[in-house]
Amino acid sequence: MSKKMTLHLRIWRQPGPNAPGKFVTYTIRDVSPDMSLLELLDVLNEELIKKGEPPVEFDSDCREGICGTCGFLVNGVAHGPKRGRTACQQYLRDFKDGETITLEPFRAKAFPVIKDLVVDRSAFDRIMAAGGYISVNTGSAPDANSIPIPKEIAEQAFDAAVCIGCGACVAACPNASASLFVSAKIAHLALLPQGQPERVRRVLRMVEQMDKEGFGDCSNHGECEAVCPKNISIKHIALMRREYLRALWSL
Amino acid sequence: MVFWPRSSIAKKFLNAVTGIGLALFVIVHLAENLLLLTGNPDDYNRWAHFLHSLGPLLTVLELGLAAFFLAHIWSALLVYWDKLKARPQGYRVYRSAGWTSRQTLSSQTMIYTGLTLLAFVIWHVVTFRFGPYYTVMVDGVEMRDLHRLVVEVFSDPINVALYVGVMVFLGFHLRHGFWSALQSLGAYHPRWTAVWYSGGVLVAIALAVGFIVIPIWVYLYL
Repeated sequence: MSKKMTLHLRIWRQPGPNAPGKFVTYTIRDVSPDMSLLELLDVLNEELIKKGEPPVEFDSDCREGICGTCGFLVNGVAHGPKRGRTACQQYLRDFKDGETITLEPFRAKAFPVIKDLVVDRSAFDRIMAAGGYISVNTGSAPDANSIPIPKEIAEQAFDAAVCIGCGACVAACPNASASLFVSAKIAHLALLPQGQPERVRRVLRMVEQMDKEGFGDCSNHGECEAVCPKNISIKHIALMRREYLRALWSL
Repeated sequence: MVFWPRSSIAKKFLNAVTGIGLALFVIVHLAENLLLLTGNPDDYNRWAHFLHSLGPLLTVLELGLAAFFLAHIWSALLVYWDKLKARPQGYRVYRSAGWTSRQTLSSQTMIYTGLTLLAFVIWHVVTFRFGPYYTVMVDGVEMRDLHRLVVEVFSDPINVALYVGVMVFLGFHLRHGFWSALQSLGAYHPRWTAVWYSGGVLVAIALAVGFIVIPIWVYLYL
């Protein structure tokens, strides 16, 4: 059995979208190092509820690092210290006993805070609606191998398709740019035969929507790639720019 | 479908193309000014005289260069303005995750190094292009004695120090700018991107050191 830990959580508390927020520090004693960060928040919230105080709001769903629902800044890094993981996959053993952990919501004009650590990421949904889809005939599923796709292409497309849309790229970007997310979606579909019919208008419309939502421009800091829980490469941002040039030529 | 000027990608295309153009100019400009180190003032003045003998072509080149500067500055200011708008409330605690992040002091300070270089360029053009017009006879031809002006300007240690300082800024600007321009144009290669990302350091150092050597050399030996 590993030793129990005491941790201090400095959390951004904001009662509502337009209410002013502030940091509040809580101390939690005797927790197992093998608990996850979100389980630590669960413990804190039970204590807060017992005391009659409002619990800390945060998003989570699968708690196994695959859904993209959770996410906030942990000590200044989106999703926390261990790379290639979502916030729910951060464990207390990776923090020091007695440490103060600062939790802050993803900050971007396009991601307004709803409450505490919860932000509205529906801007991503609107970008997807603008072009992140393919046209298919309804009916029974087609035969799996009816369209042959070379293995390298399938793997490249999959490298982009692993994006779970968590928004950490926006949160970590010094410019609050959504380029890694948008480029992953564009790359995924542009590489595959199923994505060809909408290829030109997809990149133009998704980029236009990205700009409309108020995200910043990509300055190639590459910070997004370093915090992405799915390790998506900024090579997709370069690909998005090539797709954009190609689309302009073919207009 | 709006391509210009709202598109985030178009802004970076313009910034990258003009940035590469300006970097190429800086390389040529360094090569020209290395003529100061030949030991014969006539070499430098002959080259300056040749440029001036181009007449209208020189004017076209100068206006083109100015247009590149303006487009580079304009697109950069748009990117910076969008950055300020995109995150009205900043983080209390923020740090780079390290690892594959290319976020460096250089990448974070592009707007500051860039604006410093802009102020420098204005001062530089006023000092030399529109500075005192001395004349000298070379090969029986009367021409502008630009060499004398350079020696005069760099006989002042304050000017030397300012030039050296600004060239450090140039190095920082190019460290991020060099690879970033290629990435903005969509050039990505699994192997070569790493080469030009790292190569950016060498380009930055080579150009900065080249320009730092000149004023110090002129101050000490000419």
